[in-house]
Amino acid sequence: MAEQDLDQGKRRFLVAATSVAGGVAAGAVAVPFVASMLPSERALAAGAPVEADISALAPGEMLTVEWRGKPVWIVRRTKEMLDSIKKSDDKVADPVSKKPQQPAYAKNEYRAVKPAYLVVVGICTHLGCAPVDKLKAQPEPFEATWQGGFYCPCHGSLFDLAGRVYKNKPAPDNLEVPPHKFLSETRILIGDDSKGA
Amino acid sequence: MAATPKQPVAFSGLGPLNGPMSGLLTWVDQRFPLMSLWRDHLAEYYAPKNFNFWYYFGSLAMLVLVLQIATGIFLTMHYKPDAAQAFASVEYIMRDVPGGWLIRYLHSTGASAFFIVVYLHMFRGLMYGSYRKPRELIWIFGMLIYLCLMAEAFFGYLLPWGQMSYWGAQVIVNLFDALPVIGPDLSVWIRGDYVVSDATLNRFFAFHVIAIPLVLLGLVAAHIMALHEVGSNNPDGVEIKATKDAQGRPLDGIPFHPYYTVKDTLGAVVFLFAFCVIMFFIPEMGGYFLEYNNFIPADPLKTPPQIAPLWYFTPYYSILRAVTEDFVIWLALGVFAYMLLILFTARGCLVKLAAILAAPVVILLMKGPFAFEAKVWGVVLMGVATLIFFLLPWLDQSPVKSIRYKGPLTKWALGIFVVAFFILGYLGTLTVTEGRTLIAQIFTFVYFAFFLLMPWYTTMEKTQPEPARVTM
Repeated sequence: MAEQDLDQGKRRFLVAATSVAGGVAAGAVAVPFVASMLPSERALAAGAPVEADISALAPGEMLTVEWRGKPVWIVRRTKEMLDSIKKSDDKVADPVSKKPQQPAYAKNEYRAVKPAYLVVVGICTHLGCAPVDKLKAQPEPFEATWQGGFYCPCHGSLFDLAGRVYKNKPAPDNLEVPPHKFLSETRILIGDDSKGA
Repeated sequence: MAATPKQPVAFSGLGPLNGPMSGLLTWVDQRFPLMSLWRDHLAEYYAPKNFNFWYYFGSLAMLVLVLQIATGIFLTMHYKPDAAQAFASVEYIMRDVPGGWLIRYLHSTGASAFFIVVYLHMFRGLMYGSYRKPRELIWIFGMLIYLCLMAEAFFGYLLPWGQMSYWGAQVIVNLFDALPVIGPDLSVWIRGDYVVSDATLNRFFAFHVIAIPLVLLGLVAAHIMALHEVGSNNPDGVEIKATKDAQGRPLDGIPFHPYYTVKDTLGAVVFLFAFCVIMFFIPEMGGYFLEYNNFIPADPLKTPPQIAPLWYFTPYYSILRAVTEDFVIWLALGVFAYMLLILFTARGCLVKLAAILAAPVVILLMKGPFAFEAKVWGVVLMGVATLIFFLLPWLDQSPVKSIRYKGPLTKWALGIFVVAFFILGYLGTLTVTEGRTLIAQIFTFVYFAFFLLMPWYTTMEKTQPEPARVTM
């Protein structure tokens, strides 16, 4: 067929229509591939609540349990520790826990259901490292007037004994308080805070 | 259409060959562009005759790429991408597989060697203006290769499933978590779980052994094709194609083969000598090539006392850590000052318009009522620090290409940039203190000033005239 007999408009239309249809098909085919990288049913099912026995936890000590693959800390705070939390009010970024990093029942001075027991997810809100517990109030290389709390070795974020983040550190938020409830005086259920049975 | 019959294979100047292979070569060449590939890319690819020491690193990068692919294939024969077995399978390779330790150390030393070679290769480009017109695409393909290499190193580093593997991946994937709106879902999608887990290890293995290497090979081919299209730059930064002899060959060019194949072979021998000394005697390189913490199996409940990425990522890691709440104010001031600089001294209305529209938005997002958190800016700044290299062809406005003819401002700027890169890199291997953070913040500014002020200092300074021909 000679060049001048070609219907250029029709050719352009067909090329555009084929490209669009092909593009839509390619996009649709991509969906199952992208979806295949989401957490599997097995990973989703692994999020069941866990129970922690705190009967052996002495005052001033800390216990770590695993929930959804994350470390959850339970700290039994002494009287001095609770007092130190008040002292660090002016050092921390969010002293009254404005940001939703805790369930409503833990939005208080000590960020806890019972002041003596701090329950927080031990993952730094900066980039997910596990901070190190530096519970004793003593001068530390990272803070001369250290009141006790947690130090993140990755990027130097500091948290007080209520898991509140210090001002002007890379971590933006207080440590997360997971949903939890006391089953009895010595048992805590982490991951479930429903009332009743 | 019938193929035009090709002539019997002949090497230029030698006439038809009558060796035992010439019949076979002719048979192949009539069915595949064997001889034209040979001529275009080796025997008649004219490269400037004044290549110096810095021109070894392109071919060395190819050598290391081949080494990594070859050793990688043999490692996959024994490695298990399974969270329960991965660490043990690497130890199995090291202890029980015959020669396994050698293949593994070749691969781990090769990873660091790759970055050394590539950083030197990039520095060569910075010195001699190899990114300037008409070589912008070579530079862009090269930068894409560099990004692929970083991805390859990152995915690969999870595979031994040691403490550093695990927590390094945890930190880097959580970078995406910082992005507004889509961040949390995106990081879960990348991991395939709520924390780094077996699902993450399995997919990182897929990326490391097939997805990224395929892209990398394609980019390397594109990098070399673009290079051979426009021809190589050289230490004088002059175009050898501008002066040709009667046959159309550049007067300052010599055929890549045999001249540079021989030179590069010498380079490869010297390189492999140094490489083997490291690989056999100090494969851990004092914790810089293989971190000691990585000989402890991954423990999701316990972060090592100090997390540091391998040395080739530490400059960017320092920039990430430098961004604190206080520092964002200085960043906002920097953006504001840069806007004023553009408004008062730049030519071109479009640039000024872009500056006056973009800068206030950025400043508001830094310190306004809807400002992002400092950690978002840390991630953004780290990303920009790697991506800003892409803009070099347009940031450098000097009338000359090579550092040999540029003025003192460029020489100082490049020197200070290299110092900043090293200091940031060193700080990234250390723990955080207030003093170190301050130093990192200062050098973060220096790092970006090198790029962002380039349009000014490359045009302000007095340059020397470029010669018409290369100098030896």
